[in-house]
Amino acid sequence: MKFYNITRALRSRLHSSWMLTALIFSLLLPVLLAIGLYLKSAPLLHDQHLFTLLFSKSWKPLSGHFGMYPFIISSLWVTVIALILAGPVCLLSAIHLTQYARPIVLKIMHPVIDILAGIPSVIFGVWGILVIVPFVGNYIGPLLGKHITGYSIFSGGMVLAVMIIPFILNILIEVFRTIPEELTEVTLSLGATRWMVVKHVLLKKAFPGIISAFSLGLSRAFGETIAVLMVVGNVTRIPTGALQPGYPLPALIANNYGEMLSIPRYDSALMFAALVLLVIVILFNIISRYMIHRVEKNI
Amino acid sequence: MAGKTKISIENLNLYIGKQHILKNVTTRIPEKQITVILGPSGCGKTTLLKSMNRLTDLYSNVKVSGKIMIEGEDILHTDTDITSIRKRMGLLSQRPYPLPMNIFNNVAYGLRISGRKNKMVLRQRVQHYLELVNLWDEVKDRLHDPASSLSIGQQQRLCLARGLSVDPDIILADEPTSALDPISSEVVEKKFFDLKNQYTVVVVTHSLQQARRIADYAIFMYLGEIVEQGEASEFFSNPKQELTKSYIKGLFN
Repeated sequence: MKFYNITRALRSRLHSSWMLTALIFSLLLPVLLAIGLYLKSAPLLHDQHLFTLLFSKSWKPLSGHFGMYPFIISSLWVTVIALILAGPVCLLSAIHLTQYARPIVLKIMHPVIDILAGIPSVIFGVWGILVIVPFVGNYIGPLLGKHITGYSIFSGGMVLAVMIIPFILNILIEVFRTIPEELTEVTLSLGATRWMVVKHVLLKKAFPGIISAFSLGLSRAFGETIAVLMVVGNVTRIPTGALQPGYPLPALIANNYGEMLSIPRYDSALMFAALVLLVIVILFNIISRYMIHRVEKNI
Repeated sequence: MAGKTKISIENLNLYIGKQHILKNVTTRIPEKQITVILGPSGCGKTTLLKSMNRLTDLYSNVKVSGKIMIEGEDILHTDTDITSIRKRMGLLSQRPYPLPMNIFNNVAYGLRISGRKNKMVLRQRVQHYLELVNLWDEVKDRLHDPASSLSIGQQQRLCLARGLSVDPDIILADEPTSALDPISSEVVEKKFFDLKNQYTVVVVTHSLQQARRIADYAIFMYLGEIVEQGEASEFFSNPKQELTKSYIKGLFN
């Protein structure tokens, strides 16, 4: 009997230690990744000043110039445009689906959104080349009096917007669905209209959730590689407008890693680009956590 | 029945999908008295309450027939704006649902959307209603804190103040004390006594003791039908139906 108890305790111990190991592994992974990237980019950081690397415009690997500024700016442009396009669409759709539409519509939409989320990004890239790039080149450009190819930051932003919509929308739907219906009922009984309920109460209540949905979209958009790479033009230059081509960080890494690595410090520079990418995504997350914390204190 | 009739309901039937939730409900709610709707859970009492200010409109697949007359106006078939009908009724739900705003704005919101925007007036009114529910002294120094920072009992009183702020003449309360501690429930219950001089109060409850304490008029529902209704004194001391008798004795719930 006693023996039995011991093995039971032991087994329980053993199982929980397995779980702990798994947990530690998944927690450690990003840390290890960051350390690895740092070690790989250390030679470059040793040669050149961090500030120069981040803010220099000059990207000439052969002469040892590794200014990341054009890539960082391109990435931010594409991401911000994607969020500006996708954000309102997602917010309005989520409000409509949860507050106005009949439940059956939401039931139909759920699998549609999931399918959209599961489409491989290369397909979005091809769609971008076939539809978005000509659209931007033949219509949007001439509309603004510009002669362009269509391979541009704006095309990248549009493709990205469509790609992040399902992720943002899914979270927003959950956010609005978890707001208790009674809150709507009491607000209506104060004489509010449906729209007032949405504007004054639900949006406020949902605000922390909206921030976290948008920041997830932001992180996804920032790191998305292949679809953007296919439509954005990949020209190393600081873009001054959305209709110009750009060259985001992930595209830089994907296009160049494995080639021309005989150039001194090239490998290190690309690892540094990856590190910058990681740090910016982490920064997004920290900022959004902080905002959520601030907002939640006040509602 | 003593007193004037405030709300009269005739042959109210309500379906959600194919489910028959309210069956031929006919009743009269007396003015400036406390009417208690009793019954086991799932008997339709909350639905009956919500249909009185047409919150049942929110449900999908809902079908309503019959009449709900408030002072002679059939609110189910009317051209009158639904928001103005709802404003005549303050709603108190099972658990407090404060608006995501500070304490002051929770009470001021209803006033603002009905057009009262003068700051002095708002302040006076907010203080008046908070005093009415015995909350003013507890919150007067923290009016700009979020309402969610209050205790549940305080939140429920805040919600009552909010409901009263739009100057309704009817108060609809759906098991308003079921989530509260005994002291807060006593405060809310006592408040109903004070309020019935000015307001018509309809309370849904499944607590028999509470019903006995506060009811002037009692309605007993079972499976979507009204089994028995009448003056509270008569209803509790001398019920006519077998079902009511056993419910009052506590034989089922």
